[in-house]
Amino acid sequence: MSIPLYDSGIASGLLSGILFGYALEAAGFGSPRKLTGQFTLRDFSVFKVMFTAVIVCAVGLYVLRTMGWMGPAAVFIPTLFFWAILLGGVFIGAGFAVGGYCPGTSVVGVASGRIDAVVFAIGMVLGTSVFAWVFDPIKDFYLAGQGPTAQTLPQLFGLPEWMILLALIIIAAVGFRLGTILERSRGGPFTAEEVCAPDDEADEFALTSANARG
Amino acid sequence: MRDAPKPFWSPLAAGTALGLALLLTFIVTGHGLGASGFVTRFAAQANDWISPQATASNSYFGPFMAAGSPLLSWITWEVVGVLIGAWLGAKGAGRISVKVERGPRTSSGNRLVYALLGGALVGFGARLARGCTSGLGLSGSATLAVAGFVFLIGFFAAGFAVSMMMRRIWQ
Repeated sequence: MSIPLYDSGIASGLLSGILFGYALEAAGFGSPRKLTGQFTLRDFSVFKVMFTAVIVCAVGLYVLRTMGWMGPAAVFIPTLFFWAILLGGVFIGAGFAVGGYCPGTSVVGVASGRIDAVVFAIGMVLGTSVFAWVFDPIKDFYLAGQGPTAQTLPQLFGLPEWMILLALIIIAAVGFRLGTILERSRGGPFTAEEVCAPDDEADEFALTSANARG
Repeated sequence: MRDAPKPFWSPLAAGTALGLALLLTFIVTGHGLGASGFVTRFAAQANDWISPQATASNSYFGPFMAAGSPLLSWITWEVVGVLIGAWLGAKGAGRISVKVERGPRTSSGNRLVYALLGGALVGFGARLARGCTSGLGLSGSATLAVAGFVFLIGFFAAGFAVSMMMRRIWQ
């Protein structure tokens, strides 16, 4: 048996999705207030969960390759198209701050009852359609600034992979510490009790915590 | 009086679970997790329902339609799985909350307008970037791809900037 299995069947999709959805929901990512709390510095869950997941998976892939269980180019690595990917990230960051979700978390929002997540999903279908309609005029921009195929950070900096992983772990540890200090000073992070409360109680919660902060 | 919902997992625990789920996905499929890929396929299909000819001749949606049944894809099953997994988790922990979630100073109507607008920005941005927070930010960065980190820089920079301008929506 060689790794990866390259299985794209129904069972593999359902299994990955169920684990993905369960973990996102457990993190509290069905709540747009908890998600956007990242950008008001009241809740660092987005940074903490994302960095932890990236590091756990990156270390796992590194171990699989180092042990010779997986080839060097066995998994899909996206290629950089600098301008489109940077600006696409900007659009998603802006849309996340305004709309409260990203694509994956909006699915979690729908599953945990958020009506605003359903409307957000309709918005995504509209935005995707607009992109398709204007694709021809923006195609040059879409393809501009192409980097080397499947380039990784170790290749970009010419450093060994373990050094990059170590740097990420250090950045994450500093971010965790700093995040915890900032979120406490702002009355966060959001709790399940707070974000799952019905609307009238949620407003009360917000006012009480605002008063508690002075 | 309803039962209090169970607390969320700590970010470290939830992040570790998410990282292991992502690693398992790489081991099984050879690629990571995603979400906006499904939205693209759904949008292609929806445009086809409204105007089959215009969709077939569209240079972005056309190839999806030419390949036939855009929704019959791994990513569709993965998103169905996300719905199931998130629902199971929320149900088991008493965290299902049917409502329009909003900031205390924002009306439900305004919240839905912002949700639609934000969704449209995200939908457009995900096609421009060729992926979203899941596909590029999470899965791409886990392979240490330069593309994943460039995406995250744009995402966090714009998130902070826009959030500062529109703080009242959520506070």
